[in-house]
Amino acid sequence: MIAVQAVNKHYGRHAVLKDINFSLAEQGVTALIGPNGAGKSTLLTIMSRLQEADSGVVMLDGVDVHKADNAQLAKKMAILRQDNAINMRLSVYDFVAFGRYPHSQGRLTKEDLTHIDQSLNYLNLTDLKDRYIDELSGGQRQRACIAMVLCQNTQYLLLDEPLNNLDMKHAVDIMRLIRRAADELQKQVVVVLHDINFASCYADRIIAMKDGAIAYDHPPEKLMTQEIMRDLYDIDMSVHSINDKPVGFYHC
Amino acid sequence: MGNGADKAQHVTGHDPNVRMLIMGIIALLSIVAFLTLNVRASWAFTLPFRAEKVLAIVFVGIAIATSTVLFQTLTQNRILTPGIMGFDAFFMLLQSIMLLSLGRIAFVQFNPQVKWLFEVVMMSGALCGLYYWLFLRQKRDIAVLVLVGIVLGVLFRSLNSLIGRMIDPVEFDVLQDLMFASFNRIDSTLLTIAGSTMTLVFVWLWRQRFVLDVLQLGDAVAVNLGVNRRAVTLKLIVAIALLVSVSTALVGPVTFFGILVANIAYAICGSYQHRYVIPMAALLAIVALVGGQALLEYVLKFGTSLSIVIEFLGGMFFLWLVIRQGRR
Amino acid sequence: MITPWYAWPLALASLLCLMVVSLLVGVADFSWTVSTVHDQQILFISRIPRTLALVLTGMSLAVAGLLMQMLVRNRFVDPGTTGTIESAMLGLLLVALLAPDLSVLNKMLVCSVFAMLGSFVFMGLLRTIPLRSPIMVPLVGIMFGGVISSITLFFAYRFNLLQSLSNWMNGDFSAILRGRYELLWAGAALTLVGYLAANRFTLLGLGRHQAINLGLNYRTVMFLGLLIVSLMSSVTVVTAGVIPFLGLIVPNVISIFLGDNLKKSLPWVAWLGAILVLFCDLLGRLLRYPYEIPIGTVMGVLGSALFIYLLLKRTQNNHG
Repeated sequence: MIAVQAVNKHYGRHAVLKDINFSLAEQGVTALIGPNGAGKSTLLTIMSRLQEADSGVVMLDGVDVHKADNAQLAKKMAILRQDNAINMRLSVYDFVAFGRYPHSQGRLTKEDLTHIDQSLNYLNLTDLKDRYIDELSGGQRQRACIAMVLCQNTQYLLLDEPLNNLDMKHAVDIMRLIRRAADELQKQVVVVLHDINFASCYADRIIAMKDGAIAYDHPPEKLMTQEIMRDLYDIDMSVHSINDKPVGFYHC
Repeated sequence: MGNGADKAQHVTGHDPNVRMLIMGIIALLSIVAFLTLNVRASWAFTLPFRAEKVLAIVFVGIAIATSTVLFQTLTQNRILTPGIMGFDAFFMLLQSIMLLSLGRIAFVQFNPQVKWLFEVVMMSGALCGLYYWLFLRQKRDIAVLVLVGIVLGVLFRSLNSLIGRMIDPVEFDVLQDLMFASFNRIDSTLLTIAGSTMTLVFVWLWRQRFVLDVLQLGDAVAVNLGVNRRAVTLKLIVAIALLVSVSTALVGPVTFFGILVANIAYAICGSYQHRYVIPMAALLAIVALVGGQALLEYVLKFGTSLSIVIEFLGGMFFLWLVIRQGRR
Repeated sequence: MITPWYAWPLALASLLCLMVVSLLVGVADFSWTVSTVHDQQILFISRIPRTLALVLTGMSLAVAGLLMQMLVRNRFVDPGTTGTIESAMLGLLLVALLAPDLSVLNKMLVCSVFAMLGSFVFMGLLRTIPLRSPIMVPLVGIMFGGVISSITLFFAYRFNLLQSLSNWMNGDFSAILRGRYELLWAGAALTLVGYLAANRFTLLGLGRHQAINLGLNYRTVMFLGLLIVSLMSSVTVVTAGVIPFLGLIVPNVISIFLGDNLKKSLPWVAWLGAILVLFCDLLGRLLRYPYEIPIGTVMGVLGSALFIYLLLKRTQNNHG
């Protein structure tokens, strides 16, 4: 379980996160939504110990993430950030293979190889595995990054806007993959999304942030209402039910 | 462009003209100090001797300041200088090649005006060539252009070294002296040419002053406003090359000084217009060089370390600029 | 690109060939039969040490450049464009001024300390620069190096060490004799260390966040990397002087063909470094036979030309 307790963060005088409290179960899909600047990326970065909060603590399975042994932590939690400026010339295979580093420090075992091949397969990258990543398109590179994180095989996966640069087909594939990871592999995946319908369709729980605080924390059926959407995004949306799932539309 | 642009931009309420006047007075004071401090020999000898030196230093200061400001307009970056383009190294290489082909005696006795003219032509040609090759043939990041310039500088210095190895140690000493800017060994016969060249350049500059302001807004905006960017850029390069040639031919390589005066000028000028910034930078340069030389030579008696001190300060300043820009 | 089976044997063979040629070229009368004492002396005191020194230096500098590029996450750096070498030079000058009787080993250690300090300051500087253009990094590095150089120059000027300074600054192997180059073996040892930790350094190249995410002890590996680079730079500067651009060009050339996975590319970088240095030294010895042109000069000309070519070629994709 991940417990976020009383986390605060500011840049200069601007408060980016204000007293964030919530906990995540070991399994499931949690969508993190909210307008730009709400603090979603910062929250994820702090949760994954890449940054320190000004106050408060993040506990993973009872241990403070900043005090935990980093090598061990890397086997339990993985983060995919938005800014993946890869200017190195690595083959897709080598790049994804680095996801196994926490487990084997570069000396790949049979089990590692299986994981790598599986990840490449899930992300439809098997044909591209010998190409260099700096030669790929933005979408292909994004999938390679997701494959690496998947390969790390951690209990908790934090994905910051993984669907950027992906066309619809691939975006849907990734969301389906995330759902499978939660259902079949018992993982907890936290995804920052801009498309609320993806959140509604695939997530068990939606945490909506606004102005650095958690505004709403509900399952999709309860969160997808016109009033909440207007409060969050300042837009009038109509919410309908399609195939028993709430779907929101903006139309002029 | 016209009457509207003639009005000064009041930033803090202090008229740039007033500021220039103050700076001009300071510059005048430093010149006087240079001419009169610590006079050992007779006035009849000292005054003309020092006056010549002062004139040379003033020319160099104006040339460096102006060429740097223009270069920064050209590259739209306050951190770059013509020295970075390897000009100083190219100058030294020219000297070496001439030394090698003429032999020591002929080299020293060569007609300085012709020699200087040759150097100016070569240096202008070099920068134009570089610019054409890198900038016009393929669209390129200015940063790449600059880095290539730096490496070209290294290339020239290495070639210089190579030539140095092929000649006598005796002649190598002559070259050694030329490696550092020295405000002591200025050839007065060059002064007239330098002066006339600079006059020509400044006449052109004055007429282009508003176009230069527009260039600061960037490629797209300038073209949108009807500026013939390519043509103006070319002429700008020639102007820069001429000015840098003037300063390096007079005193030798000075790499970082321009950055100091250009940035300080922009900071204290009170206007972004070239017709204020360039004179301000030039005055600052005069104060720094004349005043600095006066201080070092007549008060502290350090001799020829001025260029090293200035380069060091300029380099530190550059670093500070980069850091400051990073913080934004 | 998968290297064919004959790649390595071919590589080693070419290296050996060049080494043999290097042994044979020289001004002194030398016969291959090594029959006389005179011949033996030449071989063991001068030729072999020189050739070994060349190989070791080439290897060390190329690998140091490769590591630096991972540490700084930029293709266009090597210890010479990050202020590291200039800092080592400053150390060397201060030693010459304040403690001229220091042993070579101690001299090298002092230089390494200076080199490390310089590198640390540079890395600190980098953190304040937005990575708007990758070219900013080597630009700042060169400027930074220039500032340090001017400090060194100032002292050299004041204490009349200009001639010595310019001699040190120009890489030169003509004075290498047995007993004066052994320190370079440290470079070989450090290359081995680099190879063993290759995966860690590749991870560094992926960036701080990615490295931490994968469980790397970022600070330690970073420090280790800087230590290795500083030691390698100092060892070569103290023994042979400054050889510019080697650490920049070799990794870039190998990267074009083999990519950036250090486990694969490091041995090749070491090989190409050795080959290039041997080649340039031979050139320097043969161009104006019997006069020797120092390798620093040859490398300066060759290296800068190659660097410009690489710069233009490898920035083409980033623009437009």
